[in-house]
Amino acid sequence: MNFDHSILSLIVFCPLVGAVVLALLPDRGKTMAFGALTVTVLTFLLTLHLPSHYAAAESVGSFRFVQDSAWIPAPAIRYHLGVDGLGMWLVVLTGFLAPLGVLASWNAIAERRKTFYVLFLLQQVAMLGIFVALDLFLYYAFWELSLVPMTILIATFGRTKARRTAAIKYFVYAFVPSALLLVGILWLYAKTGTFDLPRLTGLAAAHHISGNTAALWLCSLAFLLAFAVKVPVFPLHGWLRDSIAEAPTAAVMVLAGKTGLYSILRFSFAIFPEQSHRIAPLMIALGALGIVYGSLIAITRKDLKELAAYSTLGHLSFITLGIFTFTIAGLDGGIYQILNHGISGGALFLLLGFLYERYGTYDMRDLGGLAARLPWMITLYVITTLSLIGLPILNSFVGEFLVLAGTMQSTSEHHVFWTVFATTGVILSAAYMLWMIQRVFYGHLGVVSQEIAPHDLNGREQLALWPMVALMLLMGVASPYWMHTLDANAVKIATVPSPAEQHPHERVEIRTTASTGFVDPQLSQEALRALATTGKIKSSQPAPAPEGRLY
Amino acid sequence: MNGSVNTLALLPEGILTLAGVLVMLAEPILKPGTSRKPLGWLAIIATVLAGVASGYQLHLYNLHGTMRAFSDSIQIDPFSVFFHLLIAAVVFVTLLGSLDYFEGKATHAGEYFALVLFGAVGMMLMTCSVELLMVFVGLEISSISTYIMAGFRKGKATGTEASIKYFLLGSFATAFFLYGIALAFGATGSTSIAAIAGALGASATPRLAFLALAMIIIGLGFKVSAAPFQVWTPDVYQGAPAPVVGLMSTAPKAAAFAVLLRITFFGFASMEARWSVLMWAIAALSMTIGNLGALKQKNVKRMLAYSSIAHAGYLIAAFTAFPENGIAAACFYTAAYSAMNVGAFAVITQLSGYEEHTRTIEDFTGAALRRPWLGALMTFFLLSMIGIPFTGGFFAKFYVFSAAISGGHTGLAVVGLLNSGVACFYYLRLLVAMYARHPHELGNDRAVFTKVSVPASCGLAAAALGTLVLGILPGRFVKLANRGSLAVMTIAKPAAADTPVETGVNTAPK
Repeated sequence: MNFDHSILSLIVFCPLVGAVVLALLPDRGKTMAFGALTVTVLTFLLTLHLPSHYAAAESVGSFRFVQDSAWIPAPAIRYHLGVDGLGMWLVVLTGFLAPLGVLASWNAIAERRKTFYVLFLLQQVAMLGIFVALDLFLYYAFWELSLVPMTILIATFGRTKARRTAAIKYFVYAFVPSALLLVGILWLYAKTGTFDLPRLTGLAAAHHISGNTAALWLCSLAFLLAFAVKVPVFPLHGWLRDSIAEAPTAAVMVLAGKTGLYSILRFSFAIFPEQSHRIAPLMIALGALGIVYGSLIAITRKDLKELAAYSTLGHLSFITLGIFTFTIAGLDGGIYQILNHGISGGALFLLLGFLYERYGTYDMRDLGGLAARLPWMITLYVITTLSLIGLPILNSFVGEFLVLAGTMQSTSEHHVFWTVFATTGVILSAAYMLWMIQRVFYGHLGVVSQEIAPHDLNGREQLALWPMVALMLLMGVASPYWMHTLDANAVKIATVPSPAEQHPHERVEIRTTASTGFVDPQLSQEALRALATTGKIKSSQPAPAPEGRLY
Repeated sequence: MNGSVNTLALLPEGILTLAGVLVMLAEPILKPGTSRKPLGWLAIIATVLAGVASGYQLHLYNLHGTMRAFSDSIQIDPFSVFFHLLIAAVVFVTLLGSLDYFEGKATHAGEYFALVLFGAVGMMLMTCSVELLMVFVGLEISSISTYIMAGFRKGKATGTEASIKYFLLGSFATAFFLYGIALAFGATGSTSIAAIAGALGASATPRLAFLALAMIIIGLGFKVSAAPFQVWTPDVYQGAPAPVVGLMSTAPKAAAFAVLLRITFFGFASMEARWSVLMWAIAALSMTIGNLGALKQKNVKRMLAYSSIAHAGYLIAAFTAFPENGIAAACFYTAAYSAMNVGAFAVITQLSGYEEHTRTIEDFTGAALRRPWLGALMTFFLLSMIGIPFTGGFFAKFYVFSAAISGGHTGLAVVGLLNSGVACFYYLRLLVAMYARHPHELGNDRAVFTKVSVPASCGLAAAALGTLVLGILPGRFVKLANRGSLAVMTIAKPAAADTPVETGVNTAPK
């Protein structure tokens, strides 16, 4: 039986069905945890179908496993799912991290288990949906949905009394730019009559979206802003520290990075290629600044979670830097680094969570001298740390090296400066990470570590950590296996877009009258108007009236 | 069927009036202290029958086309049926939720059911009238019922205050409306919407006509609590009983919007350039005042009052769009707004009870953890108000703002969506408080723990289902709203023919 056309739906809705079932089951003992584990493992097994059948799957454009059917007839919203290399590996990564998140919450979540696991599964649905949706509208729906479970998770399971503020901060930070993103999406629809990503990409490549450059720029900025906040890109990281400090381990593992970066790669770059190339120098600068800023702040932190939060900012800035170089090496490295960060960053948060379960504190001053007492813990901790620092033969080395190589390849002096600047971040990150190891595991026994009897990682915890450690090594030595599916994305994005011609309106007009295929009545109308006003449309003027009904 | 006294046209109203009168007659006969639930059930059955009657009217429309009656003052078309069904649904949910609310608490609880029914008659009459004086009669019937209901908790000072405030300001607004009708008559020589549309092009006094429209907008603006006519809303919502607020924040507004849509997009269509500017301003002002006002509220009902002002603003944004998009978007928004608002107040009814144990946001701390299902429903309604996808509220905003953008008002859409960004903050405060872990943290443990009765759960489920279906499968409703929008623009063929109704579709569906 061929699952290829329904596998993505199965993957997205498996956790949803699981959430509904859990909501109806009674909350007794470990029922909820076992239920969630079953559902997440099942989802992960389903996601494994993707890489194993990727080569053989029928491809539509650059996407595979495509499912495309009408959802709402007017406005034309389609249920359009599909993945390419990038989307596929992110889906697999999300599926992979979910059971580990459940294992991490096994004892940490002792009350309100039902609320926790139901929300955790809903969060999975939203994230998987983001990675597979190819209809802008459907994508936006999942994008907004992803805010809700996380907000409630932080509000209910936050660590300190600041949880309510942290929850609201997280939501507002993400929601306000998303509102502008919605304006952008609606504007695109008003101009083109479609939410379909492949179609919009085609129109964008042919400069067919709109002749109004100012409006296109504003629209591209609305997209970029919404995504950049979610990554977060320096200086939009205001929510990150509070959310990471408050959220429970399983939620922190999926909090930052993936969705925002994926959206930039998938939507900003595809619909606004020209604008993205033009804004790249700014983003490269912000990326480099973010690396150094994040690392410097991380050095000063005493609280492990805060340290991890700023280290997250630093590592995500690396990715921002890489993808905005628009070189194949930079993009390859950036994309690979998204996966790496998901694994290594996730492992770090898991370990921090396990430490907290034992000692009830994230303050490094209270810990210390744990190496001799927790031999397994220190082993895995050091491996994770080395992976995050970017030691050769471990995963992040490949990504960071490619990012920096890509930045250097660029011809402009400007980039060379930022490359050198960003490279200091590698040293700084080694500094704070190793310092952290030293303060937590070596030296004198801290107050808390003296008081509480040591117990090393148990079987469940090892089960959660070993797959990640194995992947760190595997992705470090066998990177070509991943690269060869990711490469297509990088090559496509790195291609410099053909610049719009001097008189785009005349050209559009000729095309729409001459072509026999796709004729957009609105475009031709716009072109006529533009000709009448000698190629200038003021942005303050009302847009031309669409001929067709909206719905 | 033109002109005839066709009682079929007023069948739903007739059923409700009859049931209302029966309830009024039965109330004094029943012994004091006995349960008034049978009267409530009678009202519920009547509401369902009225809904069925409206459906039958749609069937008749499909067979014979537009039905007019009572000297062309009543017109049954998909537009009126859409709002009839909406009002019937809101009343249905409200009645289910309030069956137990007054039980044993208020004297003459039966009167409440009668008042709800009479109010519904007035609202339904408003939506199917195409004669301004008839609209006025409907408006008065519905208003007077709501004035009384607002003060139904007679012992409470806030309740009486709410009732009197609402009554005084309401009468004032009605006077404006009446004045507008008089001026319209002066400018065009008629009070029939179709005749006004016909005469307006040739009117010698266009300024007077516009003044008339402005007066009408003021009168109806009060009813829908649009800024700057919104001042009464917070006090009244705070003082009135929760189920009544659920009703009066949705159904009368829906009816007033229906009238406003007919008057602006059809009656005064040729003046669109002028009034759409006015609507732009009212929309932007309502959203901003509503959302900023809600930010600092501690009382949940007050907060939702400001939220309803903001929602009126979003809805009015649809008036700036092209008619064929704007009317459908407004209809859809009304439906989605009604579903989520009536649902939210139904949850509050259950949580706080007659005595209003939970008033402020802090009182709701941890409520969702102790009452998981009520909490989940409230979360769902709040998310719909924020405009999160897969809820009716999202599609409502989506349709309204895409209509505004395609009408060239990108600026208004930006204002609106930034506003919804602000709005998410106060909805979240409530949502997050409900899920905050330790309810005893703040020394509050006030939510009522009585079991939710079966009818009330049915009402809640209906509201949630409505919000969900509007959020996942909006297609069917958009279709009905769309047919309604066509009906508005083809109110009367002879008049439409010689009126310069703007672009597009003014052919009658056969």
